[in-house]
Amino acid sequence: MTAQDYNFAYLDEQTKRMIRRAILKGVAVPGYQVPFASREMPMPYGWGTGGVQVTAACLTPDDTLKVIDQGADDTTNAVSIRKFFQRTAAVAVTEATAEATIIQTRHRIPEAALTEGQILVYQVPIPEPLRFLEPRETETRKMHELEEYGLMHVKLYEDIARHGHIATAYAYPVKVEGRYVMDPSPIPRFDNPKLSDCPAIQLFGAGREQRIYALPPYTRVVSLDFEDHPFEASKAPHDCDLCGASDSYLDEVITDDEGGRMFVCSDTDFCRGRVAAGHIGRLGAPDLAQEAAE
Amino acid sequence: MTAFDRKLPSPDRPLFQVQGLSKYYGSRIGCADVSFDLYPGEVLGIVGESGSGKSTLLSCLAGHMAPDTGRVIFDTAEGPRDTVTMGEAERRRLARTDWAYVHQNPRDGLRMGVSAGGNVGERLMAVGARHYGNIRDKANDWLGRVEIAADRIDDRPRAFSGGMQQRLQIARNLVTGPRLVFMDEPTGGLDVSVQARLLDLLRGLVREMGLSAIIVTHDLAVVRLLADRLMVMKGGHVVEQGLTDQVLDDPQHAYTQLLVSSVLQV
Ligand SMILES: [Zn+2]
Repeated sequence: MTAQDYNFAYLDEQTKRMIRRAILKGVAVPGYQVPFASREMPMPYGWGTGGVQVTAACLTPDDTLKVIDQGADDTTNAVSIRKFFQRTAAVAVTEATAEATIIQTRHRIPEAALTEGQILVYQVPIPEPLRFLEPRETETRKMHELEEYGLMHVKLYEDIARHGHIATAYAYPVKVEGRYVMDPSPIPRFDNPKLSDCPAIQLFGAGREQRIYALPPYTRVVSLDFEDHPFEASKAPHDCDLCGASDSYLDEVITDDEGGRMFVCSDTDFCRGRVAAGHIGRLGAPDLAQEAAE
Repeated sequence: MTAFDRKLPSPDRPLFQVQGLSKYYGSRIGCADVSFDLYPGEVLGIVGESGSGKSTLLSCLAGHMAPDTGRVIFDTAEGPRDTVTMGEAERRRLARTDWAYVHQNPRDGLRMGVSAGGNVGERLMAVGARHYGNIRDKANDWLGRVEIAADRIDDRPRAFSGGMQQRLQIARNLVTGPRLVFMDEPTGGLDVSVQARLLDLLRGLVREMGLSAIIVTHDLAVVRLLADRLMVMKGGHVVEQGLTDQVLDDPQHAYTQLLVSSVLQV
């Protein structure tokens, strides 16, 4: 099919207007889950249909789009969403975080500091942080309304009772501007501090669950914890084997069937940028790095 | 026979006042024109058969159901307030601070997927406790007080017997030191020997903590042991009320006489 077969960014203008209203409400009430009428998208739920609809509602022809999945631009999911918008909106695309005006992400926040004017769109599978202990939707809504959040700490208590420490590694719950408790989507808790005081707009879209929520720029976001078990933004205790970064989130990669492994930045653009700038990790190839730098 | 000797505070006003409370289901009476005062440290038993209106009444008192008419006044920290007309947020806050509610079926009052310690700790966390070690110490202490072994603290209530589940529910409710406890057939559904142990435990806790409580039951043995005063309900109406021993030993209303004689036959 060609671009002309679609309205700009696939969704019709009515639908985009409806989604924009939900986004604006979300921005006005940070952390509050706004219901919206999620549309069928030409991809299955679980492939980021919520994020795709939010991105579609935000895109303009002048935007430059970056799509990442677990930090990488080249996974099937990221590639197919990027292609979808190239085809339906003909927007420019990039892998460079700094060049993007809209970044759709699954499971990561880019390492490079975001800037004012950028929009980060998260794909969200389960927007309700209270769900796992309180399955009744009417009750969780009431708990948000009345700020009854003791249950979130019960979850963290259970974690410590079972593991000796807070073992929640992903989707670590946060409190937004001292009001709403929010699920930041399954990003590693290493990324949680980047949610707070971020210059970019952060939008969260859950397609199957039909919810949108948002963090406007410079919103205060605090990870929940106990006084005697404070929140820690943990990561693997290694440096990146390619670029030597000591402060980025790492993926463990099995390199052979004899137990060989390496740790590399999950943010591929960040890692590539460092290598290009001459940084070398334990297993980095100096000649390649030099080549890239030239 | 008195249930036990307990020093009542010398209060100048009731903790809980119910005035002209009625609830109808369409044209059918749930409960009609119920009034009573409960003073601090007092335990009130409400007895009657199923369909007598005692459960409807308890639901209205605890704020689970809105009455059609009447006032339910609780002596809050800011003075007496009508809990029927107060906002939902405030009423729910009351329900997790000054009030407690023990369900007949522990499954309704426990989180079955959460450990015993987490169940007891929830009310503490709900009112702002944020120190894991302190919460756990308190949970440990309360498990001991309801005779649950310390090494069960990380087990889920699913693995507990019915009696243990009910004791855990009681611990979970009392951990924040509520001023008024509602109990709906707290020994219902348990074996007789288990009932006896639970009653002893409840009696000890009521005495020790000076609890004020409203206990709904069809079991006269429960109120005989726990309640200072008794209200007998039939067809949605209170037909007799008074001191427990007076009502049970010298029932005036024909229905109460029937209730007492039927328990004697058991
Ligand atoms: Zn790297």
